Amino acid sequence: MKNRARLSLRVPTPPARPGDAPDFSAIKLEAAGEVRRPEIDARPHDVSDLAYALIRVLDDKGRAVGPWNPKLDAETLRRALKAMLLTRAYDDRMYRAQRQGKTSFYMKCTGEEAVAIAAAFALERDDMCFPSYRQQGLLIARGYPLLQMMNQVYSNAHDPLKGRQLPIMYSSKAYGFFTVSGNLGTQFPQAVGWAMASAYKGDDRIAASWIGDGTTAEGDFHHALNFASVYRAPVILNVVNNQWAISSFAGIAGGNESTFASRGIGYGLPALRVDGNDFLAVYAATAWAAERARSNLGATLIEHYTYRVEGHSTSDDPSRYRPINEAKLWPLGDPIERLKDHLIALGEWSEDRQQEAHREAVEQVKTANKEAEAVGTLGHGELPSLKTMFEDVFKDMPEHLRRQRQQMGV
Amino acid sequence: MPAMNMIQALNSALDVMLTKDPNVLTFGEDVGYFGGVFRVTDGLQKKHGLTRCFDTPIGEGGIVAAAIGMGAYGLRPVAEIQFADYIYPAYDQIVSEAARLRYRSAGDFTAPIVIRTPYGGGIFGGQTHSQSPEALFTHVAGLKTVIPSTPYDAKGLLIAAIEDDDPVIFLEPKRLYNGPFDGYPDRPVTIWAKLPAGEVPEGYYTVPLGKASIVRAGGDVTILAYGTMLHVALASAVDSGLDCEVIDLRTLVPLDIETIVNSVKKTGRCVIVHEATHTSGYGAELSALVQENCFHHLEAPIERVTGWDTPYPHAFEWQYFPGPARVIAALQRAMEA
Repeated sequence: MKNRARLSLRVPTPPARPGDAPDFSAIKLEAAGEVRRPEIDARPHDVSDLAYALIRVLDDKGRAVGPWNPKLDAETLRRALKAMLLTRAYDDRMYRAQRQGKTSFYMKCTGEEAVAIAAAFALERDDMCFPSYRQQGLLIARGYPLLQMMNQVYSNAHDPLKGRQLPIMYSSKAYGFFTVSGNLGTQFPQAVGWAMASAYKGDDRIAASWIGDGTTAEGDFHHALNFASVYRAPVILNVVNNQWAISSFAGIAGGNESTFASRGIGYGLPALRVDGNDFLAVYAATAWAAERARSNLGATLIEHYTYRVEGHSTSDDPSRYRPINEAKLWPLGDPIERLKDHLIALGEWSEDRQQEAHREAVEQVKTANKEAEAVGTLGHGELPSLKTMFEDVFKDMPEHLRRQRQQMGV
Repeated sequence: MPAMNMIQALNSALDVMLTKDPNVLTFGEDVGYFGGVFRVTDGLQKKHGLTRCFDTPIGEGGIVAAAIGMGAYGLRPVAEIQFADYIYPAYDQIVSEAARLRYRSAGDFTAPIVIRTPYGGGIFGGQTHSQSPEALFTHVAGLKTVIPSTPYDAKGLLIAAIEDDDPVIFLEPKRLYNGPFDGYPDRPVTIWAKLPAGEVPEGYYTVPLGKASIVRAGGDVTILAYGTMLHVALASAVDSGLDCEVIDLRTLVPLDIETIVNSVKKTGRCVIVHEATHTSGYGAELSALVQENCFHHLEAPIERVTGWDTPYPHAFEWQYFPGPARVIAALQRAMEA
């Protein structure tokens, strides 16, 4: 036996498991306003510190401070707050619908509403979004009809996707929302390709894509960063670090060794790490990256530091793998509460108006849901025409599919 | 009409389409300045510019993903994967994404892309440069799979593939790049210039996807083949002394079922030839299809002559390769049954 220490295998574990007290002591939080805001034409090498810092605008008293404050007018802030309230009300209703057996599956974005809504506000309406399954807020903020989203969740006769997709995998070219894939990460490099095409055509539209912290472990993540860097693609690459990939904590994806934003540095991309529960910070970071992309300066990687308050999906029970009250103690708070507090601090909002806006959102969802349920829910009521099952496999139906459709008798 | 080998014909197809349609562009590893390791994109960057024909990182998944994104934008990208053996890192992007984009978005988004890649054995490429993965793609709903066997078809099919609104896997039999090959490794090399199939028009024309070609008419037995094996089938037909009908499938999906069924109903016998491994190969699909449609006309069991169920062995390439000896034996078995 050689006189050497024996090797040992490390498997990372989160600081707390069910039964433990939640422990966020390892999280280092910059004060709001503390992180510098470089010019949009800064060289990636010169802003590498931002990949390790945390851009925050809203302080604990609801004040917007520091160089990243986008200084949005009160009306815009109120619209954003209402979009977040609507997204949460929509999620709650659809979650209940799944529990009532009206659909097979649902995924909430509770606690992460600012990530999608702020992006929708910071991007142009015709920029193309390549979302993952927790960016329903993009559609809601862009005014896509709730009824249509519900018809898709219920796979009923008015489902725009003809009953083919899992409930949360929306698609709308008209609203700049690329069809969601269940294979994680695949759309990250596709967004880069779309952005390359936009640049090739001399267009002025940019692309943006979102993936979770767990998905950064996929090869497609690295393809996306590399291609975006090589071809200076006008794209914003967002990593939503919500701490959990189903039951695996962010350390399993590599998040303990370095920040996810820091992955951009090796590819020569500017990388920002932002408080994902701070609407203003997400807005400001996205606007910075969008302006950069539109100025032919290429891609930006943004890590949104947030927390997945609910389970991964309706098929998941988070109490099996993390402390039951961990979400409540998340140190960056709730994005809706924080924007509300900000508007109140500005004298542009009140608790009463918040209650009223909440009621309005719930009512709006209820009305749309009634209409959607009247058409049908999964397996009940009016379904999409069965013959459409054979359509859209190819542009024109080939002979073998025509025969199979005939065999089915439709 | 100029004589072109398959490489020149493919180059001409890309040149024609780059000239015709500004939405066409082509890229891949070593494709740009160098013109591709097989020279298929030779001179295209110089003629059409850096943004129309360019090099990519060695990342097949990224190449295909970028093509999908470009297709969704409205371009018609032609991506080259340097060898079919390297297509597997892009497999998820091809089968889970490109193939299903139209379906899952109800026609809202599409991927009108072509993925070109050299495939097949016969050049001593060992097991990392010789595979025939066509069955992996034909099994996937939403992909078209095209395999030419002559320079004329290669150009016409590639132009049709680029103009097609669905994702197309375009497998190029690299043993045929410079000339046809009949499966006899010791025979003198033939070049396309001496054959009618090497006559390729300079300009635009298409060979439609989904149409097989009866390359040799006959009444005894039908041989179904594609790519390099089409030429092995033709050599076997001659050397067997039988009256063989030889069909070049040209596209595996969509498949020209009618031409196959009509031929087998006429001859009553069917021999299927492909280079890919036997088990679950495309021959199994063809065999089942013939059985389903021609059972009462069959006078002999359907024969499959294929590669063995091993990876491609470098030193034993000619023993692996389904050459004429094995095809002729199968033809004779079919006739004796």
